[in-house]
Amino acid sequence: MLSLNELWFVLIAVLFVGFFFLEGFDFGVGMQSQMLPKDERQRRVMINSIGPFWDANEVWLITGAGAMFAAFPEWYATLFSGFYVPFVFALFGLILRGVAFEYRGKAQSAGWRTTWDLSILIGSFLPPFLLAIVFASFIKGLPIDGDMQMHAAFFGDIVNVYTVLAGIAVVLMCNIHGLLFTALRTFGELQERARKRARALLLPTGVVLLAFVIMTYFQTDIFDVRGALLWAIVVLGVVAFVLAGYFCKRKRDGWAFGMTGAVLGLSVISVFVGLFPRVMVSSLGEAYNLTITNAASGHYSLKVMTIVALTMLPFVLGYQIWSYFIFHKRLSDKETLEY
Amino acid sequence: MDTLMLSRMQFASTTIFHFFFVPVTIGLSFIIAIMETMYVRSGNEEYKRMAKFWGKLFLVNFAIGVVTGILQEFQFGMNWSDYSRFVGDVFGAPLAVEALLAFFLESTFIGIWIFGWDKVSKKIHLLSIWFVAIGTTLSAFWILAANSFMQHPVGYTINNGRAEMNDFLSLITNGQVLVEFPHTVLGAFATGAFLIIGVSAIKLLRKQDVSFFQKSFKIAAIVGIISSIGVAFAGHWQAQYLVKTQPMKMAASEGLWGKSGDPAPWTVVANIDPENMVSTHELKIPYALSFLSYSKFSGEVKGMNELQAEYEQKYGPGNYIPPVRTTFWSFRIMIAAGMAMIFITLWAVYLMWRKKFDQPNTRFMRICLSGLLLPPIANTAGWLMTEFGRQPWTVFGLMTTEQSISPNITAGQVLFSLITFNGIYAALFIVLIYLFVKVIKKGPYAIDEDSHSTDPYNKKEGHHALT
Repeated sequence: MLSLNELWFVLIAVLFVGFFFLEGFDFGVGMQSQMLPKDERQRRVMINSIGPFWDANEVWLITGAGAMFAAFPEWYATLFSGFYVPFVFALFGLILRGVAFEYRGKAQSAGWRTTWDLSILIGSFLPPFLLAIVFASFIKGLPIDGDMQMHAAFFGDIVNVYTVLAGIAVVLMCNIHGLLFTALRTFGELQERARKRARALLLPTGVVLLAFVIMTYFQTDIFDVRGALLWAIVVLGVVAFVLAGYFCKRKRDGWAFGMTGAVLGLSVISVFVGLFPRVMVSSLGEAYNLTITNAASGHYSLKVMTIVALTMLPFVLGYQIWSYFIFHKRLSDKETLEY
Repeated sequence: MDTLMLSRMQFASTTIFHFFFVPVTIGLSFIIAIMETMYVRSGNEEYKRMAKFWGKLFLVNFAIGVVTGILQEFQFGMNWSDYSRFVGDVFGAPLAVEALLAFFLESTFIGIWIFGWDKVSKKIHLLSIWFVAIGTTLSAFWILAANSFMQHPVGYTINNGRAEMNDFLSLITNGQVLVEFPHTVLGAFATGAFLIIGVSAIKLLRKQDVSFFQKSFKIAAIVGIISSIGVAFAGHWQAQYLVKTQPMKMAASEGLWGKSGDPAPWTVVANIDPENMVSTHELKIPYALSFLSYSKFSGEVKGMNELQAEYEQKYGPGNYIPPVRTTFWSFRIMIAAGMAMIFITLWAVYLMWRKKFDQPNTRFMRICLSGLLLPPIANTAGWLMTEFGRQPWTVFGLMTTEQSISPNITAGQVLFSLITFNGIYAALFIVLIYLFVKVIKKGPYAIDEDSHSTDPYNKKEGHHALT
């Protein structure tokens, strides 16, 4: 039986898997909407394809952070204060992007569109890039002292070859994931272009991912701690990645999309598996690690939260899946474009 | 300036900016839901136009509310990590529940509402705006439950040097939230109503789409009168609760240094001198403070000097007097704005009742233009009083603002974020005004070249995506 601390560790992992799977594709569509389309119409179709979803996808992140705050306040506090500057940039991106989607279509001038297009690009790039850096640093280790305070240098502790590689890998994966989503929700030329671009990105992304796994093996202790399980996840990830390429080639966009989502999800899972039972690794000594015990809320609080979460989650999943069902059709040429 | 001061400025600016948009979101979604209900029940296309037109303003506003909300959630950890460590066990729960219960609901159904006009049935579409409205109100409840813990901590015990929850039910039935929630949400309804009143007044003064805006105005005026009178009553309950739980805030909001005397008079204006701890040139209404505090015309209210001595005994040496001038004046500004709102809606309802509303009335409509400013002024002033008045505490009686700050961030970092975020707020505010003016100028019947395809009669739908 899981203890409540373990359960909340798992729930937070689930929330971040959901976040990267879902918001992953709309980050990707956001970035690609600035690189893939041939004309304004195609660009609008791409932005509209994520229109009904991106806001609810982002709530996975907000809920994830809220769950951290409630279940592991020390984790939440150490993380957000320790990564102060990266979070300023991530928030900058999230703010720009949210309003850009909503405002871009509301005026006609070229300057207006260019401004919001740039916002969509920056806003869809910064958050996944920086969050990947944050997650990679969790397992790499950070200078966290005996008072659970993290005093990290921006360059070195936070931004280094290993974490930046994680950032690039996740950004590339989001791009492929987003392109496959575009293939899934559009027709004709745009769909073809999206498939082609996704295929072209697969190989370089595979190389970056592989390099990241190798670096993880040397730079972190997670393969020593959870060797067998992690290798199984790596194998699953490789299989999903190869299958993504296969389905992409066979134009089975839905399956290919599922596989790239699986790669993103497995990446998040591998971080959490490698961490467990820690939540942040201290580079100053094992005694200073934040764990699911020393960072957690009390038993009563966790119990209340568990009851609320397990009651609400089925409804949340239910209506969110339903909303995907409502907008499951491809966007036709004659579509009313709200964005 | 030090990290503490900069962080406080950042928190204040973010929260004030965020709260320009939140009440509009809560109030407008509710009124739009009423309009769409009228459309679905009557089949009258004009009500659909209303839902769509006010919906446009709603969405322009909603976007900024959402994105600044993310910052709200992150900044507790970023700038106030020691606070987060101390209260997370209690305070984190309502925040997580808010996300789970309210944010998912509103974000999913706003997507269905925006993009679903031709995709779901009328009734499902109506249901989705109601879910948005309910979601925003639920969200208000949970965040106010969290705030209420800071004003009046309940349902906790101190264990291992931090606050731990031991009674969830009393946390969410905190007397504070039971008065704070109706006051805030009714204020939000009034804010939504006054936005419609103000914008309708602009259009009616220009004699554009007269019937449309008269109808909108009337719906808003009815919501407006109920909510703005309701706010006053809820505010009165809140004041009574305040005297019991945070008497220092009450005394500061009155500029009351010594005892009030019995019955206590209410100070309308005064020249407050915090250095010498005196208030001069006071203009007072007899009995009014007794009534405000106890709902009767007798009873004494404690002054700041006496409370300071009490607090020193209880909490140790220190200065427990909040910034008196800010607390005093924000309270009065809130009341004045609220009174003006009641006055305007009373007038409007009187005109409607006497069937004079449909006659041109330039003077009244000009006064109604002020409705665009009154609610944001009242909302902001109310929160300034609530939050300044609680100082020096973040959690009343348990933790001070000074103790709450993240020890591992530097003034340079906070200055950087303060400039970045406030730069964005300024830019977004300009953009918002620009878009509001654009939408209002266009009016409800303009052909929407932005969003419609060239061939609106072509109903060809796409194939199933997974086949």
